Amino acid sequence: MTAPTDIHRYLEELEDIPGTRVYTAARARKGYHLNQFAMSLMKHENRERFRADEKAYLEEWPLTDAQKAAVLARDYNAMLDEGGNIYFLAKLFSTDGKSFQFAAGSMTGMTQEEYAEMMLQGGRSPEGLRSIKANEKKGAR
Amino acid sequence: MARITAGITTSHIPAVGAALDNGRTGEDYWKPVFAGYEWVKQYEKAQKPDVVVLVYNDHASAFDMRIIPTFGIGCAEEFAIADEGWGPRPVPVVKGHPDLAWHIAQSCILDEFDMTIINEMAVDHGLTVPLSLIFGQVEEWPAKIIPLAVNVVTYPPPSGNRCWLLGEAIARAVESFPEDLNVQIWGTGGMSHQLQGPRAGLINKEWDRKFLDELTSDPQALRHKPHIEYLREAGSEGIELVMWLIMRGALGDKVKELHRHYHVPASNTAVGHIVLEPAA
Repeated sequence: MTAPTDIHRYLEELEDIPGTRVYTAARARKGYHLNQFAMSLMKHENRERFRADEKAYLEEWPLTDAQKAAVLARDYNAMLDEGGNIYFLAKLFSTDGKSFQFAAGSMTGMTQEEYAEMMLQGGRSPEGLRSIKANEKKGAR
Repeated sequence: MARITAGITTSHIPAVGAALDNGRTGEDYWKPVFAGYEWVKQYEKAQKPDVVVLVYNDHASAFDMRIIPTFGIGCAEEFAIADEGWGPRPVPVVKGHPDLAWHIAQSCILDEFDMTIINEMAVDHGLTVPLSLIFGQVEEWPAKIIPLAVNVVTYPPPSGNRCWLLGEAIARAVESFPEDLNVQIWGTGGMSHQLQGPRAGLINKEWDRKFLDELTSDPQALRHKPHIEYLREAGSEGIELVMWLIMRGALGDKVKELHRHYHVPASNTAVGHIVLEPAA
């Protein structure tokens, strides 16, 4: 046995990572229908219906306007903000014939080529990207 | 008596499965990734495990948001290959070992691990990519597989310590199974990677290498590593590494490292692979 975990501190720390939305219960609840919509694209007939009329297909789901807009714009950062999880959203970019590397790259503000090149060079360093609070302290100094 | 003879870990990157399935392993980009698995393929031919307890996570394939088991054990005769949106991988069906799987499930529950028993489940790249990397491209998998699905997607995942203790409970369960079986335990996922947000593409070679070292030199430190460290140091999807601790917990105090492979990048991810045997 280890000591009990302080849940409030645990959850607070998860929000302290720059450029990251950890898939917490709060996000999972917010994004429930968004993720279940994405999951529906695992079925061929649903993919066909979605492709034929995206807006109409989205209307079948109890999504917020922000969620629908994010999907239509393929704005993956916005979808994460709306409670989307990347493994569920993978069904959406797979429907578009896109790869994980494309989707990940699209969230960084880099072009696909720049992102692929960064990975070849060993990826993004965690330096300066570990803690929002630590960065703020540094900036204030 | 059944016994756990080895622990193997590997990343389970979907693009690696795609490279294998589409005959692209000879490309310059992929060659160094696959070269690191030649050793283990020979090792497995010599070891001939009867059963593999394969620890992995489902990636919104068998499970969606309706039901989220923390620890699920596959007790079926066989497991279909999941269609993850581009058709199922062209790999053999996964055959289970219901006798041992149910024995482990019962034993772990009596040992105070509340396992979810799964009698029907498709398995995705998290399980099949390790099979391809370690057994190669074969007509039939040379061992029976017991899938052990761990939630590392919706927070909180189980703690490292809980994973370690489950590994110990699995080892006790295997040792109390009367049939003479050569059982391996595999941990999959990792190493450092982040697939989401502006921080996507994060890789931390130094941290990954230390993690590989500590599986042998200081596993107790790994056991008590908090989730936040994985996230800060190894990226949001680096949390998958807690699953390696189920493997490590099952091997006992001391282990011998037989082989290791580390390569960056495969798609978005650092590839890590290690082969351990329990040491007296």
